[in-house]
Amino acid sequence: MNSIPRIASALCFLGALAASPAFAQRSAVEEIERYRAALGDGNPAELWEARGEALWKERRGPKNASLERCDVGLGPGVVKGAYTVLPKYFADSDKVEDLESRLVTCMVTLQGFTPEQAKKDPFGDPGKKVPMDALVAYITGQSRGMKVSVAGSHPREVEAYEIGKKIFFFRGGPHDFSCASCHGMDKQRIRLQDLPNLLNKDDAQKAYGGWPAYRVSQGEVRSMQWRLYDCFRQQRFPELEFISPASIALTMFLAKNANGGVFDAPSIKR
Amino acid sequence: MKNKTIVAFAAAGIVGAGCASMTMSDEQAAAKALAMLKVSFKDRGQAKVDRLDQDEAQRVCSQFSEKPLPKEVAERLQSEQLALITYPADGKYLGDWKRGERIAQTGTGMQFSDNPAIPSGANCYACHQLTKAEVSFGTIGPPLYNFGKLRGFTPEMQKYAYGKVYNSHAFAACSNMPRFGQKHILTEQQMKDVVALLMDPDSPVNK
Repeated sequence: MNSIPRIASALCFLGALAASPAFAQRSAVEEIERYRAALGDGNPAELWEARGEALWKERRGPKNASLERCDVGLGPGVVKGAYTVLPKYFADSDKVEDLESRLVTCMVTLQGFTPEQAKKDPFGDPGKKVPMDALVAYITGQSRGMKVSVAGSHPREVEAYEIGKKIFFFRGGPHDFSCASCHGMDKQRIRLQDLPNLLNKDDAQKAYGGWPAYRVSQGEVRSMQWRLYDCFRQQRFPELEFISPASIALTMFLAKNANGGVFDAPSIKR
Repeated sequence: MKNKTIVAFAAAGIVGAGCASMTMSDEQAAAKALAMLKVSFKDRGQAKVDRLDQDEAQRVCSQFSEKPLPKEVAERLQSEQLALITYPADGKYLGDWKRGERIAQTGTGMQFSDNPAIPSGANCYACHQLTKAEVSFGTIGPPLYNFGKLRGFTPEMQKYAYGKVYNSHAFAACSNMPRFGQKHILTEQQMKDVVALLMDPDSPVNK
């Protein structure tokens, strides 16, 4: 584990860089890319994946059952590649579900938790590890290197996609922001952070294929649900509820736009 | 003969209705999205769910996000938004550029994670280049380096800059830039300070 000193030296270098006006704009961007490459050496998300696999197999809840018979997209118990087909319509719940929603459904039906219990801790924090992040890391890790292949052809999936698109363009709040304010044009930046244009296939594939991710600055694996929750926070919207219908419709829109892209998740980000 | 025609029309009506339910109209999709948003968010801190209630500009700009904004709609929006601007009663537009620089650097304000007692920033650098010294700037908006120097340090240009910060839609319908005065993101004094950053000859923006 020599990645920590390397990260530290990369950060020091960035600090020196910021202090020196002699460096041109472009070189700052290049150095940030180098910093990101250095981070890729060791990905702590593996710890979440291992914990998630153990949780998947552990008998939990009032029914003292594991999640091993959960259908996360490709049939009961199939985890390999399951994340590539999500979100999708599930006949048993009669809902379009993303991974997090589907895990909640299985925790209720198989393990006997109440929906409130299953949804209680959607995101971890330093010092508070939650089952959801680990399960998400494990299931998504089982689709690493595989292609996003969301069908989106069931009438309910078509509807979710169309509504998700409207949500993407919905301007509101004190700042008039929509998702498209930052993610609807090519080659834009906020400060030095490159912004993917989620309406452009290449960008959408890279962006969607990179979530979930281990966030170095937060020391946590962050799920797609967290990504949307925190985007809406910065959009100055109220709090997006975990696995709410809008979050799933929006995910359907983003996922289908990313079809054909390769999952590199859980990835590692700044 | 007449009966057959009626039957044919009725059948066409059923097929038509079936197709309509498969592919929603734009209005139906927008209405369903709004209803879905309303059940998907909750109040947190200063960010209440009434932030999902769009004003006319937000509604129209969302509607035309995927297609070009018709000229007459853009002109109507701009004149409506222009009429909403309140200019400073003292007729002065220039505050302190040093305070303006701090406001331009500050990205917090009005998020549910922000303390509402602390004044909001304008986060200008998120989208605009302003000074030579600050290399960490975004590109969503145009570069504003030498803003006053290039346009002239005139009272008219000061007033324009104030109006643009107050309500960007008055000059460019459906602009991506927040309406800092209209939506009470910045106070009048803060807007004057930001205008000074752009328009004061001593500001690093104009060096």
